Amino acid sequence: MMFDWRWDFTWEILPRLISATANTLLAAGAGYGIAIVLGLVLALSQRTPYRLLTLVVREFVEFIRSTPLVLQIFFVFFVGPQIGIRLSPWTSGMIAIGLHYSAYLSEVYRGGLNSVPVGQWEACSALSLSTRKTYWRIIIPQALPACFAGMGNYLVGILKDTPMLSVIGVAELMHTANAIGSESYRFLEPYTLVGIIFLLVSLPTAGLVRISEMWVRRKLGVY
Amino acid sequence: MSYWEFLVEQGPRFVDGALITAVQFALAAVLAIAIALLAGLMKLSSNPLIKGSAVIYIELFRGTSLLVQLYWIFFVLPLFGLTLEKFTAGFVAVGMNLGAYGAELVRGGIQSVPRGQWEAAYSLSMSPAKRMWRIILPQALLNMLPPWGNLLIELLKGTALVSLISVADLMFEAKQINGSTYLSAQTFGTALIIYYLFARVLVTPFMRWLEQVMLRKLGRTE
Repeated sequence: MMFDWRWDFTWEILPRLISATANTLLAAGAGYGIAIVLGLVLALSQRTPYRLLTLVVREFVEFIRSTPLVLQIFFVFFVGPQIGIRLSPWTSGMIAIGLHYSAYLSEVYRGGLNSVPVGQWEACSALSLSTRKTYWRIIIPQALPACFAGMGNYLVGILKDTPMLSVIGVAELMHTANAIGSESYRFLEPYTLVGIIFLLVSLPTAGLVRISEMWVRRKLGVY
Repeated sequence: MSYWEFLVEQGPRFVDGALITAVQFALAAVLAIAIALLAGLMKLSSNPLIKGSAVIYIELFRGTSLLVQLYWIFFVLPLFGLTLEKFTAGFVAVGMNLGAYGAELVRGGIQSVPRGQWEAAYSLSMSPAKRMWRIILPQALLNMLPPWGNLLIELLKGTALVSLISVADLMFEAKQINGSTYLSAQTFGTALIIYYLFARVLVTPFMRWLEQVMLRKLGRTE
């Protein structure tokens, strides 16, 4: 017999996997929160009059986007102690995944800000609105619909990248499945269940993103 | 120990790892392109069975994580009697995952070719295979080259995960070096830079060049 699915074992490990799913969702949510804010900082810092700053931030974003997330997670986790800062797996994981996705989100914001017609900027300066007001009241509300699709995709993306946090011992879904596998020498059920749980979480999330995208578009009067 | 001494001492291991990463990247890319083309065309089929199987494949691989798929292929498939060596399991998982994303690009690329091109090929009574191969695909390819550039970078990043099933790629060597020297910033920093150069000096310029070649072949340069 090469393949035997054991239901009793499945029921035994399911509660553990479900409570780990909560951690996975928490990690994705916290990482996404960091990425949304930091991404905006990265995007706006490319719009200052200082050319050098723009250049450095651009290169930094490219760097983050073209190197593997696992390696970045290891970097944050191990380099901290070397310079005297001890970070817990959770903290370093959140920093790494938040930073990684902030680079992606900054590109989304950049595209959205660029999609606002130049006349809108000119109108703001003609009315002598402050920079803050220009962004908050005029530009960002118009840039948001263009950003929404990309932001939603990366929400699903960050969710699917959380298993990488298991490499430094964050007790999310994959880490729990690994632990079960090494305790019981059974890999079929934990890994298959993890796959199913991911499908059950990510497909509805993707659907929800589509729906809310349409909702926001209608709300803002853009179709 | 200065950084230079560190590089001289550990350089060969970084090079070994980078070569394995390059091979994994190449094999996974070939597999991903083949799968993307196949699944992308299948998704455009009018036969519900063919279309359905492509949709299931794409959703299954896009809906779960690469890491989950990698572990499943490496640890669970043997229970079904299909044992893959870790090196093979590595690029197969990465290729199949990114192939699912690529399939959507192929589908979108083909759909973006203007209807008139289909009709013109039809009125010249070209066979469906010839129409696809000679008329539609070259134009679709040009449309989808820029997103494929991004996808290949994702693929490169994906290959770093094969280190978790002990394929001795760049990531794996970096972990080993870190374990023996404890010079984390130098070790992981060097590995990050190698990945970055790989993407920035090899993959991206190659895709730009390919785009130029395609533009010229299709006579679209000004």
